[in-house]
Amino acid sequence: MGTLWFVLVALLIVTYVVLDGFDLGAGIIHLWAARKDYERQMILRAIGPVWDGNEVWLLAGGGTLYFAFPQLYASSFSGFYLPLMMVLWLLMLRGIGIEFRNHVEGPVWQKFFDALFSVSSMLLAVFFGAAIGNVVRGVPLGPDGYFFEPLWTNFRIGPHPGILDWYSVLIGLLAFAALTSHGALYVSTKTEGSLQQRAHRTAAWSWWSVAILTVLSLVASLKVRPTVIENFRLHPWGWAIPVIVLGSLFAMFYLRVKQNDRVAFVASSVYLASMLGGAAFALYPNVLPSSARPELNLTIQNTLSGSYGLRVGLAWWLIGVVLALGYYIYLFRLFRGKVTLPSEKY
Amino acid sequence: MSALLIHRLHFAFTVTYHYLFPQLTMGLGLLIVVLKTLAMAKKDERYDHAARFWARIFAINFALGVVTGIPMEFQFGTNWSRFSKFAGGVIGQTLAMEGVFAFFLESSFLGLFIYGEKRLSRWGHWWAAFLVFLGSWVSGFFIVMTDAWMQNPVGYAVMPDGAVQLTSFWKLMLNPWGLWQYAHNMSGAVITASFVMAAVGAFYLLEKKYLESGRIFVRLGVVAGVIFSILQLFPTGDQQGRMVAHHQAATLAAMEALFKTDTGASLVLLGQPDVEQQKLDNPIQIPKMLSMMTYRRWSAEVKGLDAFPKENWPDNIPLLYYSYHIMVGLGTIFIAELLVAAFLLWRGNLFNSKWMLWILMLSFPFPYIANTAGWMTAEIGRQPWLVYGLFRTDQGASAVVTAGNGMFTLLGFMGMYLFLGILFLFLIRRELEHGPQPVEAR
Ligand code: HDD
Ligand code: HEM
Ligand code: HEM
Repeated sequence: MGTLWFVLVALLIVTYVVLDGFDLGAGIIHLWAARKDYERQMILRAIGPVWDGNEVWLLAGGGTLYFAFPQLYASSFSGFYLPLMMVLWLLMLRGIGIEFRNHVEGPVWQKFFDALFSVSSMLLAVFFGAAIGNVVRGVPLGPDGYFFEPLWTNFRIGPHPGILDWYSVLIGLLAFAALTSHGALYVSTKTEGSLQQRAHRTAAWSWWSVAILTVLSLVASLKVRPTVIENFRLHPWGWAIPVIVLGSLFAMFYLRVKQNDRVAFVASSVYLASMLGGAAFALYPNVLPSSARPELNLTIQNTLSGSYGLRVGLAWWLIGVVLALGYYIYLFRLFRGKVTLPSEKY
Repeated sequence: MSALLIHRLHFAFTVTYHYLFPQLTMGLGLLIVVLKTLAMAKKDERYDHAARFWARIFAINFALGVVTGIPMEFQFGTNWSRFSKFAGGVIGQTLAMEGVFAFFLESSFLGLFIYGEKRLSRWGHWWAAFLVFLGSWVSGFFIVMTDAWMQNPVGYAVMPDGAVQLTSFWKLMLNPWGLWQYAHNMSGAVITASFVMAAVGAFYLLEKKYLESGRIFVRLGVVAGVIFSILQLFPTGDQQGRMVAHHQAATLAAMEALFKTDTGASLVLLGQPDVEQQKLDNPIQIPKMLSMMTYRRWSAEVKGLDAFPKENWPDNIPLLYYSYHIMVGLGTIFIAELLVAAFLLWRGNLFNSKWMLWILMLSFPFPYIANTAGWMTAEIGRQPWLVYGLFRTDQGASAVVTAGNGMFTLLGFMGMYLFLGILFLFLIRRELEHGPQPVEAR
């Protein structure tokens, strides 16, 4: 049961990153790729009907985590207090940047909202990456299962790490690069004209940074937490994951060169999913490792909720997620194809 | 300030602010469905324009509801981690169900409703509106059920590690406290939307512009308002009160500032509680009424605060007392006001009665106050318990988050919400200026 819920929570998080990833990425390139007012409107229209739904995958992931692993939720959310609050503020600013830009006319207003949207998207990408970095690296858990991390200490990895150290910053940059490329590919498939070309070019150069940072981060992870390799020894099929990572990375490159950005976007989704899947695979059965003392690790076993609740939960969870996928497929089909202007919004 | 106090203020501030938006979302969701239905049934374009106008307001309001709602979901973990560990096995259910069932529904179909009118058939668009409404009501259901479990815990068992786990899903879903709380709360949301709609209509009529839409708004607002104001008192408010009397007798005593146990207790209309001397100053009361209302007998005994140990008294009795009386007082005034308005409407005089239009226009803030006061009654009345009778508030806050860190983020939220509030008012004013016009004319 524990393993099943571990996989389900991981799946929700992967879905969140793949989906919200493209609208975060669209935000990252917003100021650069879209120069004219109508181009910016096009980006917003490309994500307008779906971005809030994408973000709901984060809420569903958080809710499911709370429900299945209450102790993990309690410990990680209070331990990452400050960065989480900042993530919340950024999510707010980003939400109003997207929603309210076209409610007011006038260049000053719109530039302001554009900047809100873009800058918050950038910072969020880095924060999310750093969060994953923290989980892989481990946190200073106490015997009661709680910890509190300051934003930074000395940027080294030791018994008292901060949220930001060289490793988590590295993963943050990787997330930034990966989402830039993900979002650029999305924008490129949804738009036309010079905006599409600029997005395509962004995807081209950001691919290189993704590739380099991926390799660096894999090496760094091995150095920071040598035990990540253990599960691969134990279950050799796990080696398929790095193969998929590399395969999708090359597919992204190749397909983009072939001007097939649609499928390249799919490859980018596979890349994100396999990177996160790899991290989850390496962590299992830990859910939050301790940076100093492995015996204090939070694991599936010592954070899991009661079995009756988990069984009932499985029933409604499956129904709910199947319904949600249904809405999603319907929505994406209805809004498929390139976005058009003038706006149909009233 | 102690860390506990800051955590409490943090939660109270953010949730009170958040709830300013969903109450309109939920109420307006219903009224928009009514408008869309009228448009289809009467084949009347004007109702479509009205629905579109309110959809724009809805969208702005919804966006604020979403951005202020996300922090709520997080705060259980960030600020109340020990409570989350204790109660996650039970309330994790309802909170996760809200995400999975309600938020997906709402967010997907709101996109369709706002962006998709041209891509959908008339029926398709009606369904989009209906599903948005349904989503917001389902969302309200799960969150109220979460709160109801904290007010009246059911269907759980305490485990050896001290945490609670669910033992009966249906007990949790059909918590009698929660069903009345839900009915009362949703009706309160419709009251807010009715008052807002009537106020905008009255504004247009008094400004002498968009007269046709103005009349539609006032008519729908008054009709829905009068129905739901009455439902708010009876049966929902009445039954909520009886729930409190049965399950939280100490809370009831504090709400009514009843310091001494009494047979044939009086209902307090006005007066100022003096907790030090344990008496009520300047009271105006209806004799025996409280006994009758809670136990349906004129001479029933109602327990006063003296029947409970002091450490189990709600810790802010005056605020609790005033919140409760503000809610009930306003509820009574709403019924009176709307009965008059509905009478004028029935006689065909409402649109000429300037004075009534002025009253309708100016009274839209009051349902917001009543809803907030109602929640303050529920939440302050639950003190000193976080989960009534099981888990005290001072055991629940995150021990690792210090007062300094909590203060930092509390101030951050205050600043952020000030900014959001100003933006919101600005945008709403613009929409009112634009008014309900056919799409082509914009
Ligand atoms: C428009 C808003 C509004 C109005 C006019 C009223 N209420 Fe209310 N009331 C609420 C909005 C509300 C609420 C916000 O919906 C509350 C807070 C918690 C809850 O579930 O509902 C609530 C709670 C609430 C409680 C529970 C308090 C607790 O849990 O400790 C009682 C006993 C009443 N109400 C009774 C009444 C009565 C007798 C009213 C007379 C007309 C009344 N309310 C009007
Ligand atoms: C939207 C309407 C709500 C309002 C206006 C509201 C208001 C408040 C207020 C004023 C407090 C502070 C009480 C005190 O410290 O004396 C509080 C506390 C709290 N409420 Fe609510 N509440 C609402 C809904 C909810 C819901 C739905 C839940 C649960 C799902 C909830 C859970 C809590 C918790 C955990 C606390 C903190 C602990 C405490 O101080 O009791 N609230 N709320
Ligand atoms: C502790 C209490 C609460 C939590 C954790 C919470 C959580 C949330 C979250 C995360 C959202 C955003 C959903 C999205 O992205 O689409 C939201 C919106 C919403 N919430 Fe709350 N909420 C709380 C209190 C309440 C209460 C008391 C109600 C009503 C009874 C309510 C009703 C709604 C509704 C209808 C929405 C839809 C969007 C809107 O606000 O306009 N919430 N809430």
